[in-house]
Amino acid sequence: MTTTTTATTATRDRYRFPQVARMEWIKLRSLRSTWWVLAVTVAGAVGIAVAVGLNTEDAAADLTNNALAGISLGLLLAGVLGVLVMTGEYTSGMVRATLAAVPNRPLVLAAKAAVFGTLALAAGEAAGFISFFAGAAALPTAVPAPTLGQPGVLRAVVLSGAGYCLIGVIGLGLGAIIRHTPAAIAVLVGGVYVAAQFVAVLARPLMPYLPVSIVANSLTTVQPLSDGQVHFLSPWTGLAMLCLYAALTLGAGAWLLARRDA
Amino acid sequence: MIEVRELSKRYGATVAVDGLSFDVRPGMVTGFLGPNGSGKSTTMRLLLGLDTPDAGQVRINGCRYRDLRWPLREVGALLEAGAFHPGRSARAHLAALAASNRIPRSRVEEVLELVGLGEAGGRRAGSFSLGMGQRLGIAAALLGDPGVLLLDEPVNGLDPEGIRWIRGLLRSLAAQGRTVLVSSHLIGEIARTADRVVVIGRGRLLAEESVAELSARSASLEEAFFELTSASAEYRAASDPEGMRS
Repeated sequence: MTTTTTATTATRDRYRFPQVARMEWIKLRSLRSTWWVLAVTVAGAVGIAVAVGLNTEDAAADLTNNALAGISLGLLLAGVLGVLVMTGEYTSGMVRATLAAVPNRPLVLAAKAAVFGTLALAAGEAAGFISFFAGAAALPTAVPAPTLGQPGVLRAVVLSGAGYCLIGVIGLGLGAIIRHTPAAIAVLVGGVYVAAQFVAVLARPLMPYLPVSIVANSLTTVQPLSDGQVHFLSPWTGLAMLCLYAALTLGAGAWLLARRDA
Repeated sequence: MIEVRELSKRYGATVAVDGLSFDVRPGMVTGFLGPNGSGKSTTMRLLLGLDTPDAGQVRINGCRYRDLRWPLREVGALLEAGAFHPGRSARAHLAALAASNRIPRSRVEEVLELVGLGEAGGRRAGSFSLGMGQRLGIAAALLGDPGVLLLDEPVNGLDPEGIRWIRGLLRSLAAQGRTVLVSSHLIGEIARTADRVVVIGRGRLLAEESVAELSARSASLEEAFFELTSASAEYRAASDPEGMRS
């Protein structure tokens, strides 16, 4: 009898997601690199928005998409930060302290994804909205600036933040799979950017499915994009596709993390 | 109480731990001795569930490590080579670990004071000396006020004052009824602090007895250790001057 009662209390009173997420939040916020990488990401996106805005002449162009042009470049930094959230643990040896404190490894990765994903989303939304307003303000007087009330504009701005979050989580998953910073960053850059260059030339029909293309040509667009040969995914399909990539990478990372020696 | 049963672990072709069984009892300091490469650190990692054994099992207070409800409140570990991020302050490092096991935030300041890092708590751990890093590791081990302590080479990098401090600390932790396992390759250090010893070589158990019993086997504990491990030492310099000359 006594044993049964103890066992029931035992299963309830133990570490769970909230505690692990709190640990990950303290870890993330206590590294200076977190803040300056995010600051550079936002500043870069806004800078590009202003530059594109200043040089706009065609009022019929997708001005929202133009203002969000810097988002897809900033994505790289969000992805790299995601990689570092995981590989930094291995480089420093911190992973042993983390996993001794929380032996449930998939739970550790889930908490990291939730905490980092939320912060990347917040930075992405900041980048999206500031870029949009700064880009609009920088437009020449002859070109009427887009407003958030126009169809699809708010969606494009909001989804650009989601792009940061999801590419960041993909980076985190790659970090968990590969564990070494340079290799994981190489795969991230190669998979997200370099592959895009090759696909653009050699396998053009696959282009709409590439992460960077999804963010640049699906999530952040107001007018559906198509270059005659290929039709890019609609914003929501693009978002679903990016979520799928993030889930697959994170799932593979969790599977490996649980099985490998730390 | 720690129970190790028939534990085996190989990395590729290297057998690190080979059918190892021993007990670590509460209320005393147990020294974990063995030559370099004998499998001490591997065993420590297996005890903490960081590596998965190929065979055998470990029970801590009757539980598998991964089934512990609040691991840091039951087991505190100091692992070789600082397990902290160099960019994070000592205080943030401990606060993060404390949060994971719902340990009160005030405990962070307590352990920082206890290990003598009260002043340095806000500094980036990457700027710490080896000895300070070691103190931070000990602070992390004590964070959850655990009944079981696993310390891998705790005196590494400590100055004489620090070594004396940790000796007293280990003795008092054991006197409070805790289970204390301390690995070291410094036999003199173990002779001064431990009550019992577990000696391993090439991943196998060579002896599990009291320090007095082991010392009685030969002229000193050190001699007894060398006799015990001579057959299994993986890395040992040539002791024969004739051999050196040729």
